[in-house]
Amino acid sequence: MSLNVKLVVKKRTLLIRLRGEMDQHSTENFKLRLLEIIEKYKIKNLVFDMKDLAFIDSSGIGLLIARYNQLKTDDGEVIICELNDNIERIIMLSGLYKICVIKENLKAAKGYLGIA
Amino acid sequence: MNKMEIKFSALTQNIIFARGSVSSFLLNLDLQVGIHNEIKTLVSEAVTNSIVHGYEEDETKEVLLKCQIEGNLVTIKVVDEGVGIDNIEEARKPLFSTKKELERSGLGFTILEAFCDELTVTSELGVGTTVICKKKI
Repeated sequence: MSLNVKLVVKKRTLLIRLRGEMDQHSTENFKLRLLEIIEKYKIKNLVFDMKDLAFIDSSGIGLLIARYNQLKTDDGEVIICELNDNIERIIMLSGLYKICVIKENLKAAKGYLGIA
Repeated sequence: MNKMEIKFSALTQNIIFARGSVSSFLLNLDLQVGIHNEIKTLVSEAVTNSIVHGYEEDETKEVLLKCQIEGNLVTIKVVDEGVGIDNIEEARKPLFSTKKELERSGLGFTILEAFCDELTVTSELGVGTTVICKKKI
């Protein structure tokens, strides 16, 4: 498995810890699981912890943009934290930083949502 | 000069194989981590384009990937004999995608352009697409 995902639901926020590589292949499977949980727990906000994410390309960015569009209809937000230099470069290049909330670490992300 | 080439089925699980192969090929150059990662991203974007757009994930089709090191220049070439791109100018625009329903960001070519020094895309409908990225290291 090229992408390992750990999920925790806290109130209506889904905390997602990503480990591995996000490309077209790993993103497809992950997306289905994500959609299922968002519906089941009526998730409003997503927090992506990218500390152990080694790689992301435009396919992974596509998933994040699509979830932003999905959640914003319910005033939800996508929060991204723990960006390393490589991941940050793509996030900036893609313009994702304009629509998602970037936080330094998980603690700051939780604090922002008031679920600390 | 040092070069390699591989051919593989047009399956999305081969995208990680493709960028991993180039990554291994370049290992003994001791590149900066950032540059190494940019080259992996270039391979990933170009190969994804061939598999998802060129061949629409038809596993009977094959993608050709070549990598060449010459002096301080790394060249990546990705060739498919798929459907081709109708309008390359349009395809290269940020956020343009013919597959928005598949949640494609339309950023593939934007990232290719940003991460390499020279990008050449040639394509013909029904004949295929060739992407050549040159990057100074």
